[in-house]
Amino acid sequence: MPLIVALALGATSAGVAPQDRDHESHAASAPGDMDHSAHAGHVMQSHAKQDAPSAEPGDAQPPEIPADHPADRYFPPERMAAARAAMIQEMRFRTFALQVDRLEYRTGSAGDGFGWEGQAWYGGDVNRLVVASEGEGTFGERAERIELATYWRHALDPWFNLQLGMRHDFRPDPQRSYALIGIEGLAPYWFELEGQLLVSDKGDAHARARASYQQRITQSLVLEPELEADFALQDVPELNIGAGFERFELGARLRYERNRSLAPYLGVHWERKLGQTARLARRAGESASGVSAVLGFRAMF
Amino acid sequence: MAGSLGLLPAWARSGTPGAGRARAGSDVLSGETIALEIGATHFATGGRASHAVTVNGTLPAPLLRLREGQTVRIAVTNRLREQSSIHWHGLLVPFHMDGVPGISFPGIDPGETFVYEFPLTHSGTFWYHSHSNMQEAVGLYGPIVIDPLEPDPLGADREHVLVLSDWSPIHPHEQMRRLKMQGGYFNRQKQTLQGLLAGRDQSLSDRLAWAKMRMDATDISDVTGSTYSYLVNGHGHAENWTGLFAPGEKVRLRVINASSMTNFNFRIPGLPLTVVAADGNPVQPVETDEVQIAIAETYDFVVAPGEAQTYGIVAEAIDRSGLVRATLARRAGLVAETPKLRRRPLLTMRDMGMDMSGTEGGADGVIDLSKPAGGTEAHSMKGHSMSMRDPSVAPGVRMGPGVATLSPMPVDRLADRPTGLEDAEHRVLTYADLRASDPNPDPRVPSRRIEVHLTANMERYMWSMDGKAMSENPSPIPFRLGERVRIVLINDTMMPHPIHLHGHFFELVSGEAGHRARKHTVNVLPGGKVSLDLTADGEGDWAFHCHMLLHMHAGMMRVVTVRREQEQPKVEAGGGEVL
Repeated sequence: MPLIVALALGATSAGVAPQDRDHESHAASAPGDMDHSAHAGHVMQSHAKQDAPSAEPGDAQPPEIPADHPADRYFPPERMAAARAAMIQEMRFRTFALQVDRLEYRTGSAGDGFGWEGQAWYGGDVNRLVVASEGEGTFGERAERIELATYWRHALDPWFNLQLGMRHDFRPDPQRSYALIGIEGLAPYWFELEGQLLVSDKGDAHARARASYQQRITQSLVLEPELEADFALQDVPELNIGAGFERFELGARLRYERNRSLAPYLGVHWERKLGQTARLARRAGESASGVSAVLGFRAMF
Repeated sequence: MAGSLGLLPAWARSGTPGAGRARAGSDVLSGETIALEIGATHFATGGRASHAVTVNGTLPAPLLRLREGQTVRIAVTNRLREQSSIHWHGLLVPFHMDGVPGISFPGIDPGETFVYEFPLTHSGTFWYHSHSNMQEAVGLYGPIVIDPLEPDPLGADREHVLVLSDWSPIHPHEQMRRLKMQGGYFNRQKQTLQGLLAGRDQSLSDRLAWAKMRMDATDISDVTGSTYSYLVNGHGHAENWTGLFAPGEKVRLRVINASSMTNFNFRIPGLPLTVVAADGNPVQPVETDEVQIAIAETYDFVVAPGEAQTYGIVAEAIDRSGLVRATLARRAGLVAETPKLRRRPLLTMRDMGMDMSGTEGGADGVIDLSKPAGGTEAHSMKGHSMSMRDPSVAPGVRMGPGVATLSPMPVDRLADRPTGLEDAEHRVLTYADLRASDPNPDPRVPSRRIEVHLTANMERYMWSMDGKAMSENPSPIPFRLGERVRIVLINDTMMPHPIHLHGHFFELVSGEAGHRARKHTVNVLPGGKVSLDLTADGEGDWAFHCHMLLHMHAGMMRVVTVRREQEQPKVEAGGGEVL
């Protein structure tokens, strides 16, 4: 019975022209109307399960969305138009960030060296321009790897991003430029994953995969294992690369993150050339694998 | 801290005999003509110093003590180098006096004076703050008390105004930038391996289930005590704001949460709080021991401190990353004891919008989340799976990178204890405890119902309504002048959102109709929903947004339009927001 009353009320209020309604006119009719619709709600206690509201709303259609701006009647319309644009603009997030994932000193069997990995970006939530770089080398020698990538990073879904751009390798010699397409993101269980496909200006194709995980030991101590693998789809003799897995990198870094913006770490880094690439390295008198202790920092600016 | 004391208005200073008795003048501003000057200053507390934006050189801004029935003229002069504005939070004013640049007026340019003029049609505890460029995070907020025409039936012997706020030396723009780089940047209470080994927090299987969904049970506040100092009337913890009382007095506390990003748990250990008003509107007195005061809410309490010497007033950030203690004392100089910060709470399945039948109140609810969606039909409702991102549960939401989760089974949480107070051993106020003193003015049953989803992606730090951010210039939410509409807010995120509608009060749909609590801001608990009945009686355009300042700024906001019905009512809905 209350439901029928409610529906009738709903229908009535939907049909009545709403002009000149104000609180007072309704307050006058309040007590009588309320009694009809209140019966279903008697069980309400503070911690009782929320009951169905005693009277369900009607199904009136929403009004048309207006296109006017009432403030224009009180203030110069051109100022209001500028203010509207400014409000939207103010809420449009675009920024610059510099994130150094690692900048480190390495010491190991093959001598002392260095490594870095990081990116700078400009943009918003969905679209960003990223300049990423990574590399490594041994002190006193020409750097082994210097990579600089520029790509458009586009958010595909809540967790994953598309990368589209290019990478230029200043080392090894001869230099190469690659077209780059990749996917990066956060997988279930908080694994950070990245996969890239690279095709050089000479036509050779490569793939790279990367995975890492942040294990928080205490609020300030974070262990980050990381894995990176390069794969060549064909031999590239000029670069001493053989088809198949080229390179495999495994690291674990223990970071002291009292300050999230600047966190020192130490860890181990193991790198190994694989397959034909390893044989080519040995033939050139280089060692195919090396392990080093690392000391460095991670920073966000 | 002497430097900061100079900024404090007299009513906010320690040892003040009470706002009700404070002298009129530049610090408590009364009368029908008021001048406010917004300026750039500096503020320091608890070792944290930074640039501030203040009104008449004080933080908080001066108390405006006004009287119902007055028409006030408030001239606001902007001495900043950027635009500014003042919004009168909770006051029912004509929309073009509401102070939101781009919606109600053009804003106040540098050097310009804007004269607000409006009648005061109701009484209570309210506040004002900037609606420009996140200035409210750096000091531009102040209290408003409007005394009723009739003598107040409460008959308190004395009253104090307490403005709760948060203060960080990191500018909100920079906070936002860091959160975009790392969603948990300010969270220093995450779950750790050390905690797991010590048997604290979630079990390994729960951690794995949550990790699989990429959800963090400690994600309770975005900006925390790791950068914030918490303030009562501009006083940090060590500065110990003190309000006086005489033995046997009945003391009214007008408490305003003017924070930019902090919901507070408010309590006075040992002293029951009798809630007498919420958001400025009188409620039937209800006694409790603790109240979670969401951002932008105001509560009036009556307390009877009796013969005691001191009581500690505690405002604790809901993630327990910090607190501020003030003192109620017989005389100045006494310092109340500070309770220890309580343990950081953890979110539960209920906060994900998964209501487990049989585990109502379900802090201990366990569900096997590793089962594929659809494999848990025993728990499903209306055929929906327990997937955390099933678009069929929210057809009005535009899916995309900004929507990480959709609550599969959101329940009405108005009767729930708020986040982190589920297991408190004393009484805790819930919204369902609030009953309006006066009959609700509009008894009509709503003619229609709309849903608004509060959506987010914490990892990317994106916030929106119905999957669209304000910066995308979404269609407004339209109302007819005078129509009665039920608004259902569904929280698809794991964080509470204090949602504020400008220019109106709405009733919380809880309990019998007739005396439902009337509010301007409602805190929608994680994974839950609330229903509001609104009489759209304020003609014009209004802002409607989450009062977590960074959430609003990131896009959890809409424009609400209230228009007289056209000659020929059209029934087409033109945008995705309206169901």
